[in-house]
Amino acid sequence: MEKEKALQMYYEMVLIRRVEERGAELYQAGKIGGFMHLYIGQEAVSTGLIAAREPRDRVITAYRDHGVALNCGISANEVMAELLGKVTGTSKGKGGSMHMADTEKNMWGGHAIVGGHLPIASGLALGDQYAGNDNVTICMFGDGATNIGYFHEALNLSKTWGLRVLWVCENNQYGMGTAVERASAVDEIRQKAEGYGMKNAQVDGMDVAKVYAAAQEAMQFVRENAQPYLLEVNTYRFRGHSMGDPERYRKQEEVKKWQENDPIGIFRAQLLRESLATEAELDALDARAESETQKSVEFAEASPEPGMDELFKDIYAA
Amino acid sequence: MARITMREAISQALMEEMDRDPAVFILGEEVGVWGGTYAVTKGFYDKYGAERVKDTPIAENAILGAAIGAAMVGQRPIAELMTINFAFSAMDYIVNQAPKLRYMFGGQFSVPMVIRAVGGGGRQLGATHSQTPDSVFAHFPGLVVVSPGTPADAKGLLKSAIRSNDPVLFIEHATMYQVRGEVPEGEYLVPLGKSTVQRPGKDVTIVTYCKGLELSLKAADDLAKQGIEAEIVDLRTLRPLDMEPVLESFRKTNRAVVVEEGWKSYGVGAEVVSRMYEEAFDYADAPIVRVAQKEVPLPYNRTLEQAALPQIPDIVAAVKEVMK
Ligand SMILES: Cc1ncc(C[n+]2csc(CCOP(=O)(O)OP(=O)(O)O)c2C)c(N)n1
Ligand SMILES: [Mg+2]
Repeated sequence: MEKEKALQMYYEMVLIRRVEERGAELYQAGKIGGFMHLYIGQEAVSTGLIAAREPRDRVITAYRDHGVALNCGISANEVMAELLGKVTGTSKGKGGSMHMADTEKNMWGGHAIVGGHLPIASGLALGDQYAGNDNVTICMFGDGATNIGYFHEALNLSKTWGLRVLWVCENNQYGMGTAVERASAVDEIRQKAEGYGMKNAQVDGMDVAKVYAAAQEAMQFVRENAQPYLLEVNTYRFRGHSMGDPERYRKQEEVKKWQENDPIGIFRAQLLRESLATEAELDALDARAESETQKSVEFAEASPEPGMDELFKDIYAA
Repeated sequence: MARITMREAISQALMEEMDRDPAVFILGEEVGVWGGTYAVTKGFYDKYGAERVKDTPIAENAILGAAIGAAMVGQRPIAELMTINFAFSAMDYIVNQAPKLRYMFGGQFSVPMVIRAVGGGGRQLGATHSQTPDSVFAHFPGLVVVSPGTPADAKGLLKSAIRSNDPVLFIEHATMYQVRGEVPEGEYLVPLGKSTVQRPGKDVTIVTYCKGLELSLKAADDLAKQGIEAEIVDLRTLRPLDMEPVLESFRKTNRAVVVEEGWKSYGVGAEVVSRMYEEAFDYADAPIVRVAQKEVPLPYNRTLEQAALPQIPDIVAAVKEVMK
């Protein structure tokens, strides 16, 4: 990995962590409402994946979307402002935590209906196929989403029609409180691709370098062959499903065990070991992420709320 | 009688019916180990076990289809939709299968199941997670649609729903689980398809249900201070719709406001007001006014969301308008 790329990925992971930690505080303080699903623990997944895309490749994901938004290049300011429901947010404060998007960054949204965005991802790829380009659509979703019909319909369509979709299942071991083996006929989600004759692989989602390498290979396959591909990424969310999850369904020891595998810590050690970065360089990136986060909170707090005119705007095309 | 919350009342009804009839079981997302997303089935998994409190995959079609099938062969499943917004992911089963099987097969099939679903806005959950689409479901003959506004009704109606031989969609409101009220202990049944007067009054009729009842009761207190006595008729069941108490009240007060949380267009109020005009037009001393949600998908921002939802002052203003 090139030094510049590696440092950028490290920076993005730390930024996601800081932004979400502040987000959690602001939620506790009552400044953020609704549902908020933290990505803490899973940062390596979207960071490695999105590092492997070209700007013309599209990204679409579920409601656990703050990290994906930041990786796509949406500013911390806009993410924080959306969390606070301000007009300067990605969706003018009308979408909230679950609905970050920026078409200019090719980020086609966080989506709150489980599995609902998978057929839409097929459609993004269909639009590109129809236009005659070889853009790839990266579609991320949880393990739980692979049990709903949407998943199966979308995978089948993408294979049958030769759509360029990289399906990425973030297997964080649970859908809310339901462990994978309690809800899915197969424990390895990648096996579900077999039924559709779709190329697939599994990768360790706590190691961003491995995710990046797997994503590069998969992206190349999809682009060159005009075929979909399913990548299962094994990971873990360190926090509850959303804010206020009593977490009765998993043991503290299990959470601790995974937390010892912190993707940021792993990557930091790797960068030092491989002499890709010095302690001082990484500390400087930590400080930059901290100050960017601080600025985003100030920006969001100072931003105005959407005016009453926004209530009736964007229901139909003007 | 004990003063308990809506949550406790619903929980009590479920437990009593599960204790009474072994054919009753629950299936849905996070109903078991988690204890229900809104904690309604907390403790059920330990008490009844995984056989009767079934955690399902995230698969609304499978949940409802399986409930229909099990009901057809004599069980009494209670399928829980984590929120009514996910009903759209399983619309075929709710409106196109369950309500039609008895009729289409000449009365051979029976689908004695309950679909419990949580609806309503006001929690900043954004456009796809905040809806009150009750009237959509009430459109379909063959489906019973219930939506209680008090803990006692929640208990009594849910018990009746579980014993009904028809598919019943039972809609609860996400912001009403802490509402308290007197609830009879033990056996207590409220008949399906019966509207009722929740507050007597002589000056004006407010027709409403579910969250609208909570708001209207508060509005009526405000109005009473200003010398206006509102009579509140609670529909409780949207299909079949019982207009009798509504018409009786309207014939007395000659003025009416209809309050619902959903959108006005093609809504519950549209149906109720049409029937009032069809059956009691001559009794109207003023045009009937509807209070409903602004015609927008609900936004996340709290100020905007609250502005879109019907509020107590909107009801007070509507009453004053019909009293002019
Ligand atoms: C159709 C639908 N059903 C249920 C829900 C409620 N729900 C939201 S997230 C979730 C769990 C999803 O788990 P998974 O796909 O593994 O994603 P994770 O949250 O673990 O990232 C559920 C059941 C929903 N949003 N949409
Ligand atoms: Mg999951």
